[in-house]
Amino acid sequence: MLPFILKRLGLAGLVAFTVSFISFSLLFLSGDPAAALAGETASGEDIEAIRRLYGFDRPMLVQYGEWLFQALRGNFGESYYFKLPVSSLIADRLSVTMTLGVCGITFALLTAVPLGVAAAIRPNSIIDRVALFLSVAGQAMPSFWFGLILIVLFGIKLRWLPPSGASTWQHFIMPTIVLGYYAMPAIMRLTRAGMLEVLNSDYIRTARAKGAGEGRVLFKHALRNAIIPVVSLAAVQMGFMLGGSIVVESIFALHGAGYLAWESIARNDLPTVQALILIFSMFYIIFTFLADVLNAWLDPRMRSS
Amino acid sequence: MSHIQDTVKPLLSVRGLTLDIPLASGTLHAVRGIDFDLHKGETLCIVGESGSGKSLTSLAVMGLLEKNIRRSAEQLNFDGIDLIGASKRQMRGLRGDRIAMIFQEPMTSLNPAYTIGDQLVEALRLHRKVSREKARERAIELLEKVGITAAASRLSQYPHQLSGGLRQRVVIAMALMCEPELIIADEPTTALDVTIQAQILSLLVELTKEMDVAMILITHDLGVVARVADKVGVMYAGELVETGPATDVFGKPMHPYTRGLLHCIPQPGKTKRGEKLGTIPGIVPSLIGDVQGCAFRTRCPHVVEACRGDIPERGQPPHEFLCVHADGARAAEGEPA
Amino acid sequence: MALQEPIDPLLEEISGPTPRQILRKRVQGHMGLLFGAGVVLVLLVIAILAPVLAPHDPYLQDLANRMVKPVFMGGTWEHPLGTDHLGRDYLSRLIYGARVSLLIGSVAALISGVIGTAMGVAAGYFGGRVDAVVTFLINVRLAMPVVLVALAVVAILGGSLQVVIAVLGLLLWDRFAVVMRASTLQVRRREYVSAAQAIGASTPRVILSEIMPNIVNNLIVIVTLEMAHAILLEAALSFLGLGVQPPTPSWGLMVSEGKNMMLFEPWLVLIPGVVLFVLVLAINLMGDGLRDVTAPDSRS
Repeated sequence: MLPFILKRLGLAGLVAFTVSFISFSLLFLSGDPAAALAGETASGEDIEAIRRLYGFDRPMLVQYGEWLFQALRGNFGESYYFKLPVSSLIADRLSVTMTLGVCGITFALLTAVPLGVAAAIRPNSIIDRVALFLSVAGQAMPSFWFGLILIVLFGIKLRWLPPSGASTWQHFIMPTIVLGYYAMPAIMRLTRAGMLEVLNSDYIRTARAKGAGEGRVLFKHALRNAIIPVVSLAAVQMGFMLGGSIVVESIFALHGAGYLAWESIARNDLPTVQALILIFSMFYIIFTFLADVLNAWLDPRMRSS
Repeated sequence: MSHIQDTVKPLLSVRGLTLDIPLASGTLHAVRGIDFDLHKGETLCIVGESGSGKSLTSLAVMGLLEKNIRRSAEQLNFDGIDLIGASKRQMRGLRGDRIAMIFQEPMTSLNPAYTIGDQLVEALRLHRKVSREKARERAIELLEKVGITAAASRLSQYPHQLSGGLRQRVVIAMALMCEPELIIADEPTTALDVTIQAQILSLLVELTKEMDVAMILITHDLGVVARVADKVGVMYAGELVETGPATDVFGKPMHPYTRGLLHCIPQPGKTKRGEKLGTIPGIVPSLIGDVQGCAFRTRCPHVVEACRGDIPERGQPPHEFLCVHADGARAAEGEPA
Repeated sequence: MALQEPIDPLLEEISGPTPRQILRKRVQGHMGLLFGAGVVLVLLVIAILAPVLAPHDPYLQDLANRMVKPVFMGGTWEHPLGTDHLGRDYLSRLIYGARVSLLIGSVAALISGVIGTAMGVAAGYFGGRVDAVVTFLINVRLAMPVVLVALAVVAILGGSLQVVIAVLGLLLWDRFAVVMRASTLQVRRREYVSAAQAIGASTPRVILSEIMPNIVNNLIVIVTLEMAHAILLEAALSFLGLGVQPPTPSWGLMVSEGKNMMLFEPWLVLIPGVVLFVLVLAINLMGDGLRDVTAPDSRS
């Protein structure tokens, strides 16, 4: 199993490196970052001054090399807008986003897995249809709109939950639902499909022939095998969720990293945007790597090969 | 031998077992009123083409049919227990304990997520209050019995680490964990290499004889049947068209289908050198909708108008067959009466 | 022998309906597919005929008639769905908004489809190093947060329809590549492909006439799903103010503009959201339905 982990680790590193280059070079798309930074009213001299100040006059690869070197040491430069080190800015905001991400994926798993299992046990039953409806509707529901509807309904009309902010745990309920709902359909479908396949397999028949009860057949023999692909998917979804937290955080005014991303993009705060893209990518890479390892550990066929 | 046993109460007694599968295009009458008895320690071989209902019959005895299949029978008795009326709990108690099953596909019939040891131990501990240690000892003992070397170290291996032949040995060991009285083996060697097939089969027969276990062996390999069967049931299109002691059925096959089958394999002393082996022309008919008369009539060389009507049961117990011809048209084929 | 006439019920016809008949029967029996395709078709016609169908100019402001209520909330038939905060006719903006959504969805899916299919088929067909590079690129692409990158690029380049389409088209090829790679891998080893190679068919010919026809079903399914994905993303970008720019009527933008008034006039948010939901739902149902009726494993 160690060679497998090392190989995956090498691949993850290579992906991370490529992503860092892309996220750095994205911001040269506009042609002249100095002009973009100086604003439309700036004179030619101002732009030149900014160019020198931020080192935009050097070759791009040199700039990238320096940026990467500093980034590896945790230094992402200074925010143009907040005039603070980007790293401390992000560090302050990350806990909200992480909390939201963990709550979101937990919510998604806690609803999707039982629903998927129940749907697979009785295909075409009422519960299967409800699950299918929820997943189809969930995939089509624009999350920003869903969030607004929840705010109007539970935050303002019924006054059950605070509509925005992040000061208490109640503030996280609606954002968790919106974010989790986004990941639910895929997890539910995969759980259902996996359970259906496993329940039709020969070894389930063997378990029944041994005299195992239904509960034991379902949970010990079937779910154990069906859950393996769900682990990978959950990790991928967790990565997507953190990236997608920008929408949810902006709706619920949760001042996390996603909100910071929105603010800094709107304000052309390039160093912050670069750092955030890189950090969100890193999270995705780390999650999928951990999922691969966990998967290999869960699946004996991969563990020994 | 079976004449003596007929006076003893059978271990398994089946009368009029019928299995219907509702489909969009009508009801599929997969198994239509079959009867057979099986005594303690006896081996019954059920032979027939694929789709003739052999596997369904075995699953029906185990109570493991898909939910959509309707099962009915005048009698389905295992050692005095009515399996039709038995509760789920009762059936669960019987399965794996007194009736065990061996499936066709050793590659997929073991759970890939658990070790061989876990699965063997589970088989025993589902029915007996024994410690894990005792169960492990029993597992090792049986693995050795089915001819697996280094049994103790095999316990921690996963199914994918074993070859097909080894896995089927494990499956056999698992079936024997609780010392069952009846083993149902559904084509246990079909998926294996030819050289392994013979080994596994002799092992199975040897063990059932040694442990005095009754066995229903489902197969389409007549060579196997000739070697191991006490009794034979020939199944065609959901019916047992001929049943009887193996020596009788092979020595004097009554039903035209049985004779057709036997002509398909070379028989020492009977088949002449250079002679062409027989084939049965045509295909198994659809069993959807009302099935009237003899299902073999579309392929039978001796078909007459009466084949569309009710088919009488012929012969004397224990050798019986279903045919409109009193002699099963043996005379028409020039066979001795 | 006289008995073996076709009247014998046991000798019933074995050859069933033709594959085309089976497909037609399945399509007709699939409610999701029929509903989805129907809704998409209707919205497509509405989008094409927008200038004819829209009762008003979607850009015409009428500050004297701001936020007129829709007819089902006590408004008049002059503005069946009311007017927005600038007095523009809401129904007309919705109708023109269908154009924006469908245009962005289809062109973005087309661009990403071409990129992703080329990459996936190449990876699946050639294998080896090509496959390794494509798999690596897919990993890189998946690691990048789509919404964030799209927002950043649109912010830098300016939010026009063309930029949004290009950005989405260049970002959403991953699923095409993944599915097409897997499908090609499956088909590549079939005998008819080996046969074509054996008679000396050129590589492009083998890909175009042996591989593609056998994976095109999967491609169509992904096209629909990615179209829905692109439409949702455009709406999200526009909602965040970094997608299609005002005054262009985009449903996401309409939700965003209505957001400030949603406490008092919730329909401003509800109506464009529901329409967006219905369109995406319909496209997804169509995609799922196509998968159901063409899936090879359920063709028996």
